[in-house]
Amino acid sequence: MTAAAVPSGKRPRRRFFRRRPPRTLLIGGLMIVFWVVLAIFGPLIWNADPTALHLDASLLPPSLDHPFGTDNLGRDVLLRIIHGAAIDLQIGLFTVLPALTIGSIVGGLAGYYGSLADLAVMRLVDIVVAFPFFVLVIAIIAVLGPGLINMYIAVGLVGWVSYARVVRAEMMVAKQMDYTRAARVLGFSDARILIRHLLPNVIVQALIYSTSDFILGILLGSSLGFLGLGAQPPAPEWGVMIAEGYSFLARAPWISALPGLVIVALAAAFSLFGDGLADYLRPEIDN
Amino acid sequence: MGAFLLRRIALLVPVVIGITLAVFFLIRLIPGDPARTLLGIHATPELIAQVRHTLGLDRSVGIQYLIFMKSLVQGDLGHSYFFSSPVSSLVLARLPPTLFLLAYATALTVLIAFPAAILAALRPNSIWDQAVRIASIFGIGLPGYWLGVVLVYAFAIALPILPVAGYGENLGEHFTFLLLPALTIAVSLVPLVLRALRASVMETLRAGYVDTARAKGLAPRLVLRRHVVRNALMPAITVLALNIGYLIGGTVIIENVFAIPGLGSLMIISIGTRDYPTIQAITLVFAVLVVLINLATDLVYAALDPRLRAEIR
Repeated sequence: MTAAAVPSGKRPRRRFFRRRPPRTLLIGGLMIVFWVVLAIFGPLIWNADPTALHLDASLLPPSLDHPFGTDNLGRDVLLRIIHGAAIDLQIGLFTVLPALTIGSIVGGLAGYYGSLADLAVMRLVDIVVAFPFFVLVIAIIAVLGPGLINMYIAVGLVGWVSYARVVRAEMMVAKQMDYTRAARVLGFSDARILIRHLLPNVIVQALIYSTSDFILGILLGSSLGFLGLGAQPPAPEWGVMIAEGYSFLARAPWISALPGLVIVALAAAFSLFGDGLADYLRPEIDN
Repeated sequence: MGAFLLRRIALLVPVVIGITLAVFFLIRLIPGDPARTLLGIHATPELIAQVRHTLGLDRSVGIQYLIFMKSLVQGDLGHSYFFSSPVSSLVLARLPPTLFLLAYATALTVLIAFPAAILAALRPNSIWDQAVRIASIFGIGLPGYWLGVVLVYAFAIALPILPVAGYGENLGEHFTFLLLPALTIAVSLVPLVLRALRASVMETLRAGYVDTARAKGLAPRLVLRRHVVRNALMPAITVLALNIGYLIGGTVIIENVFAIPGLGSLMIISIGTRDYPTIQAITLVFAVLVVLINLATDLVYAALDPRLRAEIR
């Protein structure tokens, strides 16, 4: 089937990038690679226990032995930050993926089939967006109980609506396009048209949105950790660390300050990447 | 205006019914028997049966919802398990600090974001414009609660000029006590609205009446003040209203950082004590607040722009 599109046996060489990617995309991408490598290999290289207590070394300011200082229980702040990277990246992933998947499927089907299914989905969306996002998430966590898994469930239950809206809008346009009509005329099944022809076109906006949603997911997850509703102590999740350091702010400001800076740096990576990705995938919009 | 108001309110009815349905079913998400969960493990079977009856759990879901709606209309939000007082009076007592903080934070957001957007729009690609672009890329990843902690350290501990926490006793104190919390919320909200504001100012600058004003020789300063700023304020209201959910989420977190006795800190306390009626009521109040603010935005819009009134009618 694909061979028919390229009659002359020899395929044109496919390059990884069709256009020159914006610099922000590359810098952001490299920064993300750095964080992922740190999250995977950091704990393997420095495999001390981030939750072990060293009460004789509590509240030490940053020094050569402890570059980021120690907390009230004598735990090395840098060690905890490195071990926490995997938790916060996981939070970003698992707050985005379920919402992206559910939202794209529901929104895509609603947009494609229209009529009653669409009406029902959109009324449900109206109700969910009537609530402030954060309030509805913590209300659901209140009912399910604090913890990471319940947090993922709560965010998934609320977060799918943004993706459903985006994908539905794209689908309404794409299903009227000539290529979709052509596929129908050729007698392809709905499933084939949806997956092979429409999905790659309607998912782009949702993917662009998901990079900024990833940041919001990490911020949400860490703020829930800060409030005691997300990751639970003694896990070295960055929001939990900021909360733990808050009680010792006057004596040891580094405990709260440094994990926050790390969140800003991680978010900057995804922000640059998302900004570049948006420029790359739809260059006509921003200019 | 009256007809417009009525029509606009009628559109809200299905949304408000949807909100009450969602809040009603929220409590039914509790795994297992809500009555048992509410009473804890030491409850006697008689007590459980009694609570099941008062909650209406022994009747069909439809009837349960009607009971819920009936007491809601009468202003009865249930009884707090933790504070042993009616939830409605708890919520009313906690509402003013939250509303004050919301208004204060919104005002500071406008004061920061609007001039920045105008500067960026007047000179595209200038250093100001770049600064605005960079601020909106990196500012999005700024955790509000952490910024709050940093500001507490800077202005209450290292340089002790502002109070660490609380709400204060009188209006003047409210302004000083809530300065840091409101500033925290504003700074994390500004990156979200900057780009849209810049775009709306740019659009206003391109409008015909701005050309006219310039052509007739009006001083650039006056063109800006009389024509650009006034017209760009309207889209600014929309941008802020769009982010109202984010703003409310921010206040819930920040109230907890600064120990402000508002609805947000009450909500977190209630989650800790599994005080479900209070959680339910606060969720409802916040959703209704969003609906009311959106309604108010539309009304302000209609009052300022007669074209819109005609269009909606």
